[in-house]
Amino acid sequence: MNRTPSRTRTVALHRPPVAVLALAAIAIAFFALPFIGLLWRVPWSDAWSLLTTDASLTALRLSLETSIAATLISVMFGVPLAWVLARYGFPGRRIVRALCLLSLVLPPVVGGVALFAAYGRRGILGDALFEWFGLRLPFSTAGVVLAQTFIAMPFLVLTVEAALRGLDPQNENAARTLGASRWYAFRRVTLPAIRPALIAGAALAWARALGEFGATITFAGNLPGRTQTMPLSVYLALESNPGQALVLSVLMIGISFAVLLGLRDRWLGQPTSSDRV
Amino acid sequence: MSGTITVSATASLQGAFTNITAAFEKANPNASITINFAASSTLASQIMSGAPIDVFASADEANMAKVSEANLIVGTATNFASNSLEIIVRKGNPSKITSLADLTKPGLIYITCGPEVPIGRYSAQVLKNANVTVKPASFEPDVKGIVAKVSAGEADAGIVYTTDVAATNGATVGIVIPASVNVIAKYPIATISTSKNQSLAQAWIDFVLSAEGRSILQSYGFGAL
Repeated sequence: MNRTPSRTRTVALHRPPVAVLALAAIAIAFFALPFIGLLWRVPWSDAWSLLTTDASLTALRLSLETSIAATLISVMFGVPLAWVLARYGFPGRRIVRALCLLSLVLPPVVGGVALFAAYGRRGILGDALFEWFGLRLPFSTAGVVLAQTFIAMPFLVLTVEAALRGLDPQNENAARTLGASRWYAFRRVTLPAIRPALIAGAALAWARALGEFGATITFAGNLPGRTQTMPLSVYLALESNPGQALVLSVLMIGISFAVLLGLRDRWLGQPTSSDRV
Repeated sequence: MSGTITVSATASLQGAFTNITAAFEKANPNASITINFAASSTLASQIMSGAPIDVFASADEANMAKVSEANLIVGTATNFASNSLEIIVRKGNPSKITSLADLTKPGLIYITCGPEVPIGRYSAQVLKNANVTVKPASFEPDVKGIVAKVSAGEADAGIVYTTDVAATNGATVGIVIPASVNVIAKYPIATISTSKNQSLAQAWIDFVLSAEGRSILQSYGFGAL
């Protein structure tokens, strides 16, 4: 590294301008304050008993089960979808991509109404699902998983597609010319290369599924033990039992925070030296 | 009268209060009224958390009492309307429901609200009065959630206010609940003590209580008191 010609130059390079620092500090406070406020209002002395009530534990278990199921389904269908979007230049690809990512920006309640139109009792597929599989999705746990998958899968698709695009197809082609089957080449060459993105995408999708509210309450309703996930339980407890709502909120924030923290390096790419400080 | 106020009103008042507000603003061109519609319980907790609300209209006396006990209302609340309950079913009554007992038909999807929402408590009371036990498929956040799902045909029935059925303009039908087991909901209204424009708030309440206000309420199916 070259020596810097003067001390002032060093300072200018290493310290961001005051205005930038000030605006960034305001942004940090903007994000941090609501969480600090929440932590401050939690009735800590009762926290454990509020968290371990039957109602809380039931919602927590249901949330974990449904969000994990939604993540697995997202991986199962999302990776092939990302692959097709990244590798094949078919006509209308942009439209298909926009369609598959629409639920990312849609108000989730609208997503719930749209799910009715497709899988509800009077939806396009509703009758067929019931006659063929005896499946009624609205007001069922499967309906919760469906709503969560609908909202969460785009996070995985976006992340994995970006990674696949950044990959040099040469490596995969080389493996194939050396006699590897398509599946073998994918498993041994492509998959390891996109693994960080896959994990990051799955973690983001999982966190989003865990926090899903609007599509769930619209499509699956709200019944303790069957469709009342943690976010629904928090929303309803806000009126009847604010202490419990706060404790559950903090638990959800804690889980999401841990996911984002664990994901940092993968999401941001290669860790830099300043990241390690 | 001039200025701006925000009214928090129970979801079942949506049609009537929207209309009353239009009439009030016509008579008072310098006044602007914003209405925040949700379940009474949601509104009560918003007000108690410090939401800048000028008037509260609840679908029950319990939620008004919560706000009143927090010393947040001016004087005492006035009851301004009543509402009775009906079984709501979709147009054509496809599940052929004629009584509360029919709600126990196997496979029938009955939805309600939680006990903190007035309609949830009232419907539980009605079912108890009639000695009928029904397992709900969902506890919707407010009465509009019940109406929306029944009129969309995703749920078969619920118990809602008479006025909610009327507001769907024929998309749903109300099955009468006998007076002997029915509950009459009384709607109280009050000015919130933290209001910065209490004179406008009071003028708006007076308008709701006036002959014109009452006739609008009646046109939406509310009963007089």
